[in-house]
Amino acid sequence: MTTLDPTVVTTLDPTPVSAVGSAPPAEPHRLGRLGATDGLGPSSPTSPSSPSSPTSPTSPTSRHRQARRSRRGSSAEGRLTRASAIGLGVTLTWFSVLVLIPLAAVIGVAAAGGWANFWATITNEQTFAAIRLTLGAAAIVTVLNVVTGTAIAWVLVRDKFWGKSFLDVLIDIPFALPTIVAGLVLLSLYGPNGPLGVNIANTRIAVGLAFLFVTLPFVVRTVQPVLQELDRDVEEAAASLGASRATTFRRIVLPAITPAIAAGAALSFARGVSEYGSLVLLSGNLPYSTEVTSVRILSSLENDNRAGAAAVATVLLVVSLVVIVAIDVLQRRLVRRG
Amino acid sequence: MKTWRVLGAFGVASLLVVAAACSGSNASSGASASGDKSAAGSNTTAGGSAGADSSTINLVGFAVPEAANKAIAKAWAKTADGKDVEFVTSYGPSGDQSRAVASGLKADYVHFSVPTDVTRLVDAGLVSKDWDQGKDKGVVSTSVVVFGVPKGNPNHVKDWDDLIKTGAQVVTPNPASSGAARWNALAAWGQVIANGGTEADAQEYVTKLYGNVVSLPNSGRDATTAFTSGTGNVFLTYENEAILARQNGEDFDYVIPPTTLKIENPGAVLNGATPRAAEWLKFVLSEEGQTQFALKGFRPIDGAKVDVDEVEGANDPSKPFPEVKKLITVSDTFGSWSDLTKKYFAENTGVITQIIAKSGKAQ
Repeated sequence: MTTLDPTVVTTLDPTPVSAVGSAPPAEPHRLGRLGATDGLGPSSPTSPSSPSSPTSPTSPTSRHRQARRSRRGSSAEGRLTRASAIGLGVTLTWFSVLVLIPLAAVIGVAAAGGWANFWATITNEQTFAAIRLTLGAAAIVTVLNVVTGTAIAWVLVRDKFWGKSFLDVLIDIPFALPTIVAGLVLLSLYGPNGPLGVNIANTRIAVGLAFLFVTLPFVVRTVQPVLQELDRDVEEAAASLGASRATTFRRIVLPAITPAIAAGAALSFARGVSEYGSLVLLSGNLPYSTEVTSVRILSSLENDNRAGAAAVATVLLVVSLVVIVAIDVLQRRLVRRG
Repeated sequence: MKTWRVLGAFGVASLLVVAAACSGSNASSGASASGDKSAAGSNTTAGGSAGADSSTINLVGFAVPEAANKAIAKAWAKTADGKDVEFVTSYGPSGDQSRAVASGLKADYVHFSVPTDVTRLVDAGLVSKDWDQGKDKGVVSTSVVVFGVPKGNPNHVKDWDDLIKTGAQVVTPNPASSGAARWNALAAWGQVIANGGTEADAQEYVTKLYGNVVSLPNSGRDATTAFTSGTGNVFLTYENEAILARQNGEDFDYVIPPTTLKIENPGAVLNGATPRAAEWLKFVLSEEGQTQFALKGFRPIDGAKVDVDEVEGANDPSKPFPEVKKLITVSDTFGSWSDLTKKYFAENTGVITQIIAKSGKAQ
């Protein structure tokens, strides 16, 4: 996921520029407004992937030029300045301690069990059904999030209505709520004793619903800051040149927010695949029906088959990586076509 | 701006939590309070003395007996042996806790749901091989498998046959992912054998039972929460879990079937533990220790006399633990835990594992 971010930053910056043909000048009042709403940035977990909120008061074009210069410089000399060397060192150490080494350990444990055990575990019919359910539900939920998340972000940025700030705060609740409590809330609302008269507990719909709940904020929070920054003048210019609203959205707005949507989609997919807590009470863990991969991993652990548990985890890791890369590639294609 | 945002988020979150709590469900799930430091009694040793270290007992246990252990520690602190002892406790799902100790979590005394969780520590060289050779066979608390039913038992569930009738919707913790849930599966199997059935009869019964299962939560506590939130119309649970849930205000009844399985939770002192841990185990097995267990819904171990007038939450508080007509035990019906684990619960080949997998496929 984190590997995605730099590419998002580099591909995003020139986009609105090239799409319109003229670089928007650095407007002091616009930056001032961003500073005011900056409370959102650091507190929101998606802040690293909200690429276009400028942290330094330079215009997009000059920043772009700088980036190009430094890139050319480093490749020509093949040497890093002291500051960037330290930066790279800290980044790699941090990343290794938190991500690379643990992931390598998972794959190591899976490999230690031997190929036969690995293959037997992942071709187990019940495990395969669980993997298919988990990935399928995460994929459907991600597509839904791309649509609804973008729409919610649009409403939150472009529309003015009573209770908007309240709604804005509410979006983050799925992050704040312990997932087991989320499952309990969903069960009491949409379960057999729910006041709404719908009962989806212990069905596959429950799995999708729980995924939707915990992944709701991702696309909203990645798209929102980009939309906020998008220059209305450009849209107005497009309209004055005779573009319909649909065309303006397709040619001007969409290319600018596509990288953000893609980043949100990747986060949403990854989060969905790993979700477990909210399903504990909601899904019923019925084999071949509502049992997700995490439960299979737990079953392997309960039988002291760590290698088996790691094997299933490895499959999830690889598939997630492939999906995230695919989303990134797709996003670049779309932006280029604009 | 930022402050009120954060405040707002917390406000809404707490509102939702309150709403969830009010909907009549027990929000606390299986895994809880890991590593909370609780002192037994108010007087602790002055720091720095050599005795300070040896008077700390690291207690690692499964989640259910937390309340009972706390009460026992309090009673122990009033005796000469238990004076000045401090407890560092950790509670969670039995299997997870056992694996944590095997991989290095410091423990002097462990209390698990199933003996295999202690065996894991024997294999790791942390518990001596003869831990279950004493008078009490390593058992520190006992209970029986019961049926939880809606208030008033509207479907007249009395015996195991009622669970395989059409219309029965059974909730039972998942024996594949939870070791403790295996007591329930073994009870279902064993009651057929105990009443003269063959292995084939038992297989047929258990297959029908899992055909009626609507939810397989990951622990007994999760099963209780799922049931009290409206899932299913009967749930397989442990008598102590049913009594404790009713003590905590849950509104359901429980039925003790004529034939059922005795649950025996093991406890053990680890190699190299502080000598205080052995004294603690002795107190846990004593009349006073077992009395505290009884007050929280556990049946006293064999031969233990307890002095309890009333157990709140029991069907009949003044006669809390009625005798079971035919009480079967694991050792009589199934032999050793290591054999039965392999036979019934092995990951791919276990008889009950396969029955559960098939039940999912049939639907």
